[in-house]
Amino acid sequence: MPIRGRAHKVGDHIDTDLIIAGRYLVTTDPAKLGEHLFEDLDPGLRQRIRPGDIVVAGENFGQGSSREHAPLALVGAGVSAVVAASYARIFYRNAFNNGLLLLECPEASQAVQNGDELEVDPETGQIRNLTRGEAYQAKPIPPFMQELTRAGGIIPYVRRKLGLEAS
Amino acid sequence: MGMTITEKILAAHADLPKVEPGDLVECRVDMLFANDITAPLAIQQFERIGVDRVFDPDRVAFVLDHYSPAKDIASAEQCRITREFVRKHGLPHFYDVGRAGIAHVLLAEEGFVVPGELFVGADSHTCNHGALGAFATGVGSSDLAAAMATGRLWFRVPHTLRFVFRGSLPRWVTGKDLVLRIIGDIGVDGARYAAMEFAGPVLQQLSMDERFSITNMAVEAGAKNGIMEPDEMVLEWVRPRARRPFQPVYGDPDARYAAVYEYDVTDMQPVVSAPPSPANVVPVTEVAGVRVDQCFIGTCTNGRIEDLRQAARVLAGRKVHPDVRLVVIPATPRIYRQALEEGLIQVFLEAGAAVSTPTCGPCIGGHMGVLADGEVCVSTSSRNFIGRMGHRGAKVYLSNAAVAAAAAVAGKLVHPDEVVREAVRV
Repeated sequence: MPIRGRAHKVGDHIDTDLIIAGRYLVTTDPAKLGEHLFEDLDPGLRQRIRPGDIVVAGENFGQGSSREHAPLALVGAGVSAVVAASYARIFYRNAFNNGLLLLECPEASQAVQNGDELEVDPETGQIRNLTRGEAYQAKPIPPFMQELTRAGGIIPYVRRKLGLEAS
Repeated sequence: MGMTITEKILAAHADLPKVEPGDLVECRVDMLFANDITAPLAIQQFERIGVDRVFDPDRVAFVLDHYSPAKDIASAEQCRITREFVRKHGLPHFYDVGRAGIAHVLLAEEGFVVPGELFVGADSHTCNHGALGAFATGVGSSDLAAAMATGRLWFRVPHTLRFVFRGSLPRWVTGKDLVLRIIGDIGVDGARYAAMEFAGPVLQQLSMDERFSITNMAVEAGAKNGIMEPDEMVLEWVRPRARRPFQPVYGDPDARYAAVYEYDVTDMQPVVSAPPSPANVVPVTEVAGVRVDQCFIGTCTNGRIEDLRQAARVLAGRKVHPDVRLVVIPATPRIYRQALEEGLIQVFLEAGAAVSTPTCGPCIGGHMGVLADGEVCVSTSSRNFIGRMGHRGAKVYLSNAAVAAAAAVAGKLVHPDEVVREAVRV
């Protein structure tokens, strides 16, 4: 099922403090966290994000703290996918563990403009820019991450391994 | 081709004769922990897995350090989730108010991390423990929950970047300055997905405390782990503390490094990371004169006894500038007590500093010194991101403890020699 949404561009090295500030880490509720998404980056950005929208970032998205509240805030705000030139490693794992789709695509990171309408195919990694009539190919998702995604994240994956869930 | 220390530890924990960078391996986890912010989510995920007990209660620790003593009702509720889980499962290694310290400093001090082992924590600065010759890395709460249930976790074997320090360390130049210098050179993603291995004769000139500041900040260059081979200094430090017998691991002479960086430290100066990135590294003299509102000495990076001694050397017989607040937070109760016995707390109080019970507190804009719009702070912590210590308009300079103390006295950023000049003449 392709995902469709408007692009919200953010820069390079967006850290997890900018995704969700430390002062809000007193809850694990995605909806509550989502209210404060990107608050210190651009206080008006959250209001512009509609359910299904896509965040398009530069290099090293999600650097810094290991707070899993960061992908939860993105999920809670209704962000359907992140497209970035590259990701910080802990954030990368955390996003997959919470069912947030991440695509690595330096070309899209450069070419997409704020507000562009994008269509993303999670299966093939193809990103279509409906506003500009362009298409970009994301790097393939590593096989193990695909397996995790198919299982529904690390928790169902572990349940299956422990024989607590049918495979 | 041989293996690096990081590759050898991962191979041993995956029961494989050999691993290579890029391999995906499932490893045994020797010890794991979470804090008051990451534990509630880890507990929630653990309960979703549906197992009755943690894989080994003796290998699980919980430390309430970030927003504890609870800063507000919401934090108190989060702390309670962890407390109740610990009671329900009868977990022996739980550190609450009074006994808690900043987890990375505390768990090393308490002997939970030993050379050659594999340690994961739901906290990005878990890479701290690499100074002991362990593989230590930060993970999210879900990964921690998986490890808590099964005692295992998957890893991609990182390539290794090696940093070699030679020369003679100048006065006021510390382990913190060395790691900031590296981050300034390679950038906040210069070691993304990599192991950073630190080596060279200069390590002998550093205290264990300074070595921890180096591995602690590996994550600020994007690394998976920071590590040092355990020399005699490490073994002497670990032996009286270790809770388990251990076998040190060393890299092979023909180990393969993705890159080797050589540093001569002889002409180095104390440096700071200017806002808003740990990679904006400049000698403190280049930003000398920047007016300061608050100085903060503490955290998992620089809240150890050696840091407090360096700060006291600058502050002894001097007063904190009337326009500056100085907050000093010893990282653990043991360090607090030692600082008290050495007379350091007396020095801080007489200088006009506030001394707090151990907590991460201001480092993440939590409590005990949150910054207002436009305020400038010199902090011994590891991150100066926008909004990290309070208002998004506040500015944070990262430094070693002597530089932070000197700024507190001068009311502006200065080289510590500017403040301690008289002592040099004696």
